[in-house]
Amino acid sequence: MAEPFTGSEHTEITHHILSVLVENKAGVLSRVAGLFSRRGFNIYSLAVAPADAEDRFSRITIVIDAESAPLEQIVAQLYKLINVVEIQDLSDSTTVQRELLLATVHLAGADRGPLLRLVASAGAAVIDFLDQEVTVSLAGTPRALDTFEENLAELHVKVQVQRTGRVALPRLGASA
Amino acid sequence: MKITGAQALIKALESQGVEVIFGLPGGAILPVYDPIIDSTIRHVLVRHEQGAGHMAEGYFLATGRPGVAMVTSGPGATNIVTPIADAYMDSVPLVVITGQVPTAAIGTDAFQECDITGITMGITKHNWLVKDVEEISEVIAQAFYVATSGRPGPVLVDFPKDIAQSLVDWQEPPSIDQLDLPGYHPETKASAESTTAAAELLAAAERPVLYVGGGVLKARAVEELAEFVTLIGAPVVTTLMARGALPDSHPQNLGMPGMHGNYTAVTAMQKADLLVALGSRFDDRVTGKLDGFAPGAKIIHLDIDPAEQGKVRRPDVSLVADAKTGIADLIEASRSLTQTDRTAWWAEVHGWQERYPLTFDPAEPGGALKPQAVIEAISASSPADTIVVAGVGQHQMWAAQHWRYEHPYTWLNSGGAGTMGYAIPAAIGAKAGKPERTVWAIDGDGCFQMTAQELVTARVEQIPIKVAILNNSYLGMVRQWQEMFYEERYSEVYLSPDLPDFVKWAEAMGCVGIRVDTPEEVQPAIDRANSINDRPVVIDFRTDAREKVFPMVASGATNDEIMVHPSQQGEK
Repeated sequence: MAEPFTGSEHTEITHHILSVLVENKAGVLSRVAGLFSRRGFNIYSLAVAPADAEDRFSRITIVIDAESAPLEQIVAQLYKLINVVEIQDLSDSTTVQRELLLATVHLAGADRGPLLRLVASAGAAVIDFLDQEVTVSLAGTPRALDTFEENLAELHVKVQVQRTGRVALPRLGASA
Repeated sequence: MKITGAQALIKALESQGVEVIFGLPGGAILPVYDPIIDSTIRHVLVRHEQGAGHMAEGYFLATGRPGVAMVTSGPGATNIVTPIADAYMDSVPLVVITGQVPTAAIGTDAFQECDITGITMGITKHNWLVKDVEEISEVIAQAFYVATSGRPGPVLVDFPKDIAQSLVDWQEPPSIDQLDLPGYHPETKASAESTTAAAELLAAAERPVLYVGGGVLKARAVEELAEFVTLIGAPVVTTLMARGALPDSHPQNLGMPGMHGNYTAVTAMQKADLLVALGSRFDDRVTGKLDGFAPGAKIIHLDIDPAEQGKVRRPDVSLVADAKTGIADLIEASRSLTQTDRTAWWAEVHGWQERYPLTFDPAEPGGALKPQAVIEAISASSPADTIVVAGVGQHQMWAAQHWRYEHPYTWLNSGGAGTMGYAIPAAIGAKAGKPERTVWAIDGDGCFQMTAQELVTARVEQIPIKVAILNNSYLGMVRQWQEMFYEERYSEVYLSPDLPDFVKWAEAMGCVGIRVDTPEEVQPAIDRANSINDRPVVIDFRTDAREKVFPMVASGATNDEIMVHPSQQGEK
């Protein structure tokens, strides 16, 4: 199931990852998103969920387009939001990253063999099916998901893909 | 004993030391207006909510205490959006209380509902929607702390009607270190290493300029600035937001830089080998075309907001600190250093001052008034600590240039936002906070028509400000650009000089109205206005519409391309 660790996980050069710890208050996501839009910073992907058992804080993992503004300016502006507690810039440190993909494949009479072989070889799983439709899931590195998505496209059947956006943490032993 | 949420709100404001609220009631804020009757807080009833916001700004700028405004939900709240945006641009601490529909009605498009926390998210330092009557004293304490600490700015507290009507046990507001603000740590001090590096860079500079901005006034750091300026001996420029931070009579003060700055201030920055930015932010109105701005200068940037470091121009030494402590630290670090001999630099600066002083053509016999002469006459005839408040446009620039600023906190204007209509309400707010001081609003005829109704407030509330309308019957600054850059194709800038009749309008609002057409009438009218202290005075000065603001750096040009007054052109 788990992706074999390859030791070569690097995000694309133009992207930075910020892990932003925020107070879990109404409107906080809107404050973060609003800051990005009004300052002209581009968000590539964004994932958010509670970060502690009491739901007092949430962690927002933002993948940003580093071309749109200097990273230090983005971080400084984010820190001005009162609800932002801590920001980790994961761009330059070694990180582990994971993302989840769900895909519904509409076989429409096509042989399901190639799909199932692809699922098996990628370490994905079939999680739902009905007649000619199969939903599969894959958790892994963003690059592994990219590859899986490309392989699905080569089946030449209709595929609906949903990805979560990545989450990331510093690799153990690396200083963030 | 239980009290209502409305009573708790007023009590919370009282415990913050609030003396005056500028506001206007309506449906959703109605419960809060009942305990105001029993409160020690003065309420000034405005005629439009925009007035409440600008009054609160003027109150802060004159007194140093945060301005408080209160309005109802929906249109009451949206009407105060402009002053909030204005305060955000100029780092003015406001606490704005808006009524909101009852919590159960939020999201249902209820009568006079609007998402004011959503609308003001990008123009407040922070805002709150109160959802629990128990949190009132905590939220109000947070609101005042956030508004006034760090880089100050406006905050908004949205207050639903049912919260105002709920019962609660009064809780004393928490102290600052008890506030639940885990992500807010505004007080910063520059490192000793950076401060030393800055002081050494400065001592070695041959052509330094101290570039003083509004942050010095916000930090109440004028004494430290004066000591630093004298110790270093370098030329100083005071931006539009910092006029008065150092007296204009100080021999090192070159005056205002920027698009309409004087030649010497602009050129000294261009030729400098070091700019020491103190509470200033490299605004585009100061820098002109950025890649031609002060090309040979290294930068020391002292600002309390870390996001200002490198936002526009990358500093060589970055000092993230409050201007008061930051300048004090620079003084200490500079004491043991010997400043480089700058005789040659000063000779160059003095040469520019002699060649290109601020100037304007005198009025022709029988001709229209020169607006600059009117401002100089008011300045010369009024107490030195007179508070001067401008609207936005040509009259604002002339007031910034030609009034002589000898005291801090005497110049109020809308710098970053450029909000027309600012002068009258901001002047009223300033006078409400400093009733013993003379307050002159220098306004344009366009600006005046946007917020003049607040003179009714001023009369009713016994806040006797004085207003000089520089009436050139045009939206003058736009007219100037159309004349200079649109081949004199004047599009939608003409306003009739006689419609409205400003004297009658002033009188209808309970003010004294005076009209001045000729240069001989100027001084008697000013003297009469300065002698009236029981009601506002409005003088309609009929000024020369052809007069333009010089010097000028055209939009998109570098500061090297500064256009001096036509009488000085050809000398360059």
